[in-house]
Amino acid sequence: MLPAFFILIGTNTFGLPFWLAAILGGAATLILLGLAFKKLMVDPMIHHGVLPLVIATIGLAILMKEAVREFYGADAWPFPALWATTDVTVFGAVFAVQSLLILAVCIVVVGALQLFLAGTLTGRCMQATAQNPAVARLLGIRVERMVLYTFLINAGLVWIAALLVTPIYLAKFTNGEILGLYAFIAAIIGGFNQARGAILGGLLLGVIDNFCAVYISSNYRMAIPLLILIVVILVRPQGLLGRVEERTV
Amino acid sequence: MNPVLQVRDLRKSFGGIVAVDGVSFEVEEREILGIIGPNGSGKSTLFNCILGQLQPSAGDVRLDGRPVTGMRPCDLNRRGVSRTFQLLQIFPQLTVRANLILAGQEHQGSMLSRLVGRPDAGLSAVAERMLGFFRLEHLADEKAGGLSYGQQKLLDVAMAFMAGPRLALLDEPAGGVNPTMLANLRERLKAINTEQGATFVVIEHNMEFVMTLCDRILVLAEGRIIAQGAPADVRRDPTVIEAYLGRS
Amino acid sequence: MTWSRKIVSVGILALASAFLLFAPLGLKPYGIFILSMWAVMTIAAIGLNLTLGYAGQISLAQAAFVGIGAYVTGWLTTKGAWPFWPTYFLGFASCFVVGWLLGYPALRVQHHYLAFVTLAFNTLVYLVFRNEEWLTNGIYGLTNVPRPSLFGYSLKGAKEFYYFCLAHLVFVSAATWWLIRSPWGRAFVAVRENPIRALSLGVDTRRYTLMAFAIGAGLGGISGTLYAPLTQFVDPTPFALGLSLNLLLMVVLGGSGYFFGPFLGAVVAVLLPEWLRFAQGYYLMGYAVLVIVMMAFWPSGLLGLADRLLKR
Repeated sequence: MLPAFFILIGTNTFGLPFWLAAILGGAATLILLGLAFKKLMVDPMIHHGVLPLVIATIGLAILMKEAVREFYGADAWPFPALWATTDVTVFGAVFAVQSLLILAVCIVVVGALQLFLAGTLTGRCMQATAQNPAVARLLGIRVERMVLYTFLINAGLVWIAALLVTPIYLAKFTNGEILGLYAFIAAIIGGFNQARGAILGGLLLGVIDNFCAVYISSNYRMAIPLLILIVVILVRPQGLLGRVEERTV
Repeated sequence: MNPVLQVRDLRKSFGGIVAVDGVSFEVEEREILGIIGPNGSGKSTLFNCILGQLQPSAGDVRLDGRPVTGMRPCDLNRRGVSRTFQLLQIFPQLTVRANLILAGQEHQGSMLSRLVGRPDAGLSAVAERMLGFFRLEHLADEKAGGLSYGQQKLLDVAMAFMAGPRLALLDEPAGGVNPTMLANLRERLKAINTEQGATFVVIEHNMEFVMTLCDRILVLAEGRIIAQGAPADVRRDPTVIEAYLGRS
Repeated sequence: MTWSRKIVSVGILALASAFLLFAPLGLKPYGIFILSMWAVMTIAAIGLNLTLGYAGQISLAQAAFVGIGAYVTGWLTTKGAWPFWPTYFLGFASCFVVGWLLGYPALRVQHHYLAFVTLAFNTLVYLVFRNEEWLTNGIYGLTNVPRPSLFGYSLKGAKEFYYFCLAHLVFVSAATWWLIRSPWGRAFVAVRENPIRALSLGVDTRRYTLMAFAIGAGLGGISGTLYAPLTQFVDPTPFALGLSLNLLLMVVLGGSGYFFGPFLGAVVAVLLPEWLRFAQGYYLMGYAVLVIVMMAFWPSGLLGLADRLLKR
């Protein structure tokens, strides 16, 4: 939600051209939601345990929402799309160009992320840090920096997601809550420690969600993903593609 | 005589690594058995298999003739088996007295009686005696986290005996205890062995401690028993010396 | 506890009790309503504190249990024309049973996994509340939920119903105090601090966590059965995930695992937003900043902070 508003401030308040506002918005996202978030919130609190951090992020979510509502407004603003809002017909089935483009961007981004994680030295260092930070540190990997990279990558992905999704949902301060929940569910169903898992989870969830809305009942649309979530956690907590994390006793 | 503990052909492997390789032994009533061996010989794994912390890959464990292999630790405890851990595991947030009562309460009455009955589960007197026995009376109402390491060790051992166990498995009770405390600890263990009539199995690295405490010694190396007998004999056994020091 | 600590604690308790007993005499009906809401929410928070603070299990389902309690009482007293008291016990019992049934599979997983299962459960229950109009009236809600009478004495007035809620709070607190002091309380702490050691001492960790979870759920149910006649209107909106998060906030902010934590947490979460209402939109932001700052500096909550201050 926030990156979209950064961009809107750029275009509506400062009258910048969209492409410039988008880039500056991206920079602001990286700095605030990546760097600042990690240094100011996560770092000081993580050694108190997970629960205080969870509560603090709940507080942060409320703060961001209310700040946008208070300082920008409660309306839903139109957001320029990166493409034409036309349809295309392939073999008799109608697709919105928007949807195809989102799919294409998604594939490119995920592919790039996979390549980065598996193919570059930094990416492999990040994987090592995730698996065993103590040993990674011993091997000379700058663990703090690797963690920072994850936050920055996350901020970048959030920026891309905002650019793709906001034209459809319009920019409103309540955006992101449902999507965020779906993202979590997708990650858990697919497998937390695998990028492939997140893709599979997202795909599965998106398809099932829409099928349910059409064929079963739109009132209980959210119920099926939630039920799948419960089943997955109880039967296979590491997710469909995830690897069981070894616990040392 | 019917042995209290019988271990037959116990085997435990983790993937390709065989930690315990066909161990068999028996422990008689009131006996104090020591298990020694170089690092990595499988002592702790053996304990964990006997105590239900790990599922053995093969073999069985019998308590008083009844099979208890792989039983849940809490059920095993209620059958009369207690243990201490290598890494000190008391409850720092609770007082010393509360720690002791906790250690015995699950053996008194039922779930329901524990809810509606007395807050101390009727164990105040027993706790007092235990405090006196280990000379911790002056610390009874202190939070356990505030005790010195040696005192916490004594508390840990005291907790293992609150329920009057049939069999007590002690995992490196002398670890990190200073020499003056050691003599005291050994003397208390012998005293409680006589008083409660419990059977002990003790894993130890401290040679002097284990040799003076135990009636019989088992030597483990690479998951197998390589010697057993009276402390003096085991000490002189060339295979044992070799296992510890290697071939010259 | 040292003498100075005892005196301070007793003094604060006396002051607070005096306030709770006499404040309604000087407050307008809306003020009394908020105070009643505080009492009702504290009951739900006490339940969650039992599950989370004492037994160490993260539950995001408490709002669902409050909702179940509210709908049980709301439905039975309006459509069924039952008197209040049977619905009260039914509310507790049904939430206890549902809590047990949910906990049985769910408590096999830990921490963040449990949080997600309970989160999903809460949202599913909310969906049922919203969609099953034949049962719950859906978003239109159950209106005109009557307030009970006690031995013929009507509790319809704001003041009377407030004292009714306060009495329930005292009763629930006393029962929880007894529970914490009993061997069960010790077992809960053992399960939370060191489940492996607890197992080796004969503590059936599965049974105790299940009980803590189910009792916590039951207390949520009691809170719900009081919520319905308090607001006299039951609709699905209050029982969504937001309330579960709010209750979690109350428990952690007040001091997770401290007996009076929920009381303080509910003051912050229920009373503070009301008192800050004059600040319009900013009050939520101020509240959010307060939460963040508290978690950064005093993660053991207000009572944890008080504990540290009094130790010196």
